[in-house]
Amino acid sequence: MTKRKMYVRMITASLIRRRSRMLVALLAIAIGATILSGLVTIYYDVPRQMGAQFRNYGANMILTAPEGSFRREEMEAGLAIVTPADLVGATPFRYETVRIHEQPVMAAGTDMESVKKTSPYWLIDGEWPEKNEEILIGENIAENLNLKLGTTVTLNFTPENTAETLLDNTLDFTVKGILSTGGSEEDYVYIPMEDLEALTGISGEIDVAEVSISSTADGLNNYMEQINTQIPSVHARLVKRVTASETTVLSKLQALVLLVTVVVLALTMICVATTMTAVVTERRREIGLRKAIGASDASILQEFMGEGMLLGGFGGILGSGLGFAFAQFVSVHVFSSTITLRPLLVPITILVSIVITGIACLLPIKSATKVDPALVLKGE
Amino acid sequence: MSLLELKNVYKIYGDLHALDDVSLKVEKGEWLAIMGPSGSGKSTMMNIIGCMDKPSKGEVLLDGVNIAVESAKNLTNIRRDKIGLIFQQFHLVNYLTAVENVMLAQYYHSIPDEKEALEALERVGLADRAKHLPSQLSGGEQQRVCVARALINHPEIILADEPTGNLDDANEEIVVELFRKLHEEGTTLIVVTHDPEVAETAQRMVVLRNGKISKETVNEHFTGHIRFH
Ligand SMILES: Nc1ncnc2c1ncn2[C@@H]1O[C@H](COP(=O)(O)OP(=O)(O)OP(=O)(O)O)[C@@H](O)[C@H]1O
Ligand SMILES: [Mg+2]
Repeated sequence: MTKRKMYVRMITASLIRRRSRMLVALLAIAIGATILSGLVTIYYDVPRQMGAQFRNYGANMILTAPEGSFRREEMEAGLAIVTPADLVGATPFRYETVRIHEQPVMAAGTDMESVKKTSPYWLIDGEWPEKNEEILIGENIAENLNLKLGTTVTLNFTPENTAETLLDNTLDFTVKGILSTGGSEEDYVYIPMEDLEALTGISGEIDVAEVSISSTADGLNNYMEQINTQIPSVHARLVKRVTASETTVLSKLQALVLLVTVVVLALTMICVATTMTAVVTERRREIGLRKAIGASDASILQEFMGEGMLLGGFGGILGSGLGFAFAQFVSVHVFSSTITLRPLLVPITILVSIVITGIACLLPIKSATKVDPALVLKGE
Repeated sequence: MSLLELKNVYKIYGDLHALDDVSLKVEKGEWLAIMGPSGSGKSTMMNIIGCMDKPSKGEVLLDGVNIAVESAKNLTNIRRDKIGLIFQQFHLVNYLTAVENVMLAQYYHSIPDEKEALEALERVGLADRAKHLPSQLSGGEQQRVCVARALINHPEIILADEPTGNLDDANEEIVVELFRKLHEEGTTLIVVTHDPEVAETAQRMVVLRNGKISKETVNEHFTGHIRFH
């Protein structure tokens, strides 16, 4: 048998045959590793989680044309630049003045399904329009023109460059919902884009597109620049009030998690060091015996460090699994969404807990090698 | 030249002279018993010979090397290479099996050899207990594992500090019988004991009193066998 085989046999025997003692140390390491890997997972997941939260406050990028309007294909070309996973939603708007009961009203043609994604905060009394010839009416307009849910309204549109004698284009709509946002949206009526195109006879035109992208401040800037350089007919800008506050809140939150992580790391080290001190102290007699039968300080250090680091490895394996469960628990209960496992975090957690356990073991073991074999073997 | 020679050795703790001008020679292959009342300095002397302690004054020549002046590191090496230790409390590593405990001494000495370790256990009559943990062995069996561990590296001297102090007559006889066989093979033995029957089995007996050698007798009827009175 080689020395190495005997070494492995010894330290595994110590861990397996003394398992009730070792369990306490293992538990200390595993709990530390759990909290650490959990916090790191949360640290890296906070931007995504908070990004999703922030996306509830509306679009963070606006597409317009440098002059007038742009085409739907141009919008789609711009959106193709954004990584599909980052794109929460994009809503085109086209504004035209129409008349209801001979009153001029601003009508916006849009895609109702996209609006739900880019403006989740819109409050609808009634229902969202689902089909063509259904209309969503801003609260102010509904009040001024006395329009009720379920009634029919007729929209008149006078095409430009047409002789006075020609008749207006008209289209009848069912009032499906009344919109309240607390903002200027309450002064508009919203109809499906197709209906507006039918009413005006012009299709494919867009005045503004509201885009909601889940990304960091740098990522957003990057997307904006790419869209602006690659598609000159579209002008992209960021909604500063949204992106700036998102960035500050995020960095504060991450700093907080980082701080907690560092504190937990320190506490874990103290806890593991204390446990290892106890483990080593109760084995002073064994260390004395090993020295008496010829062990050098270096070989004792090597054996006990081996045990400690093996324990650290097991603790790390346990901790990386439990840490993911812990992060998942926090994520579900705080952010109400799940997280995906970062595979790289598993080896890192194991490595870190081996290193931390090693450092924590070093001092107690070093002082234990100083035991006087004659004294500890004397009796009692 | 003697294998071991103590020249005017003192061990002083404060006012207490645990060893007080002790001079002693032990020849290679000799079997020596050390007796004396409690506190007379027997263990102190054994620890010094066993390289686990240093005298306050005097020379201790082991194979011509003065171990009184060696560094701690060299003492560890000398102990590992030349000395086999047996204690009153049968000190074994409690999570290693009998054979692993014997192999531990090989591990620190050179390389572990399970076959050789099993042979050593067979010599002490424990071949069938090799895979048992110390807690699964009787006191006598544990002490025999210690004997196997002490002899595995073929040391020049085996030092036994009250090896039979915690054993019944039957186990005492087994251990003494093992010593006799070791003696026959030429191993030098120094055995501290309170028990006159054990002391009588040795070739020579030294009595310590208050750190001094008060009496030295040679066993005229040396057989190596224990004789119960
Ligand atoms: N480390 C120490 N510090 C102070 N005094 C010590 C120390 N070790 C031993 N002594 C003292 O030295 C004297 C001799 O002790 P020693 O252990 O050698 O006795 P002993 O002959 O082995 O006794 P016993 O038969 O009881 O084992 C005792 O009086 C003891 O109190
Ligand atoms: Mg003693």
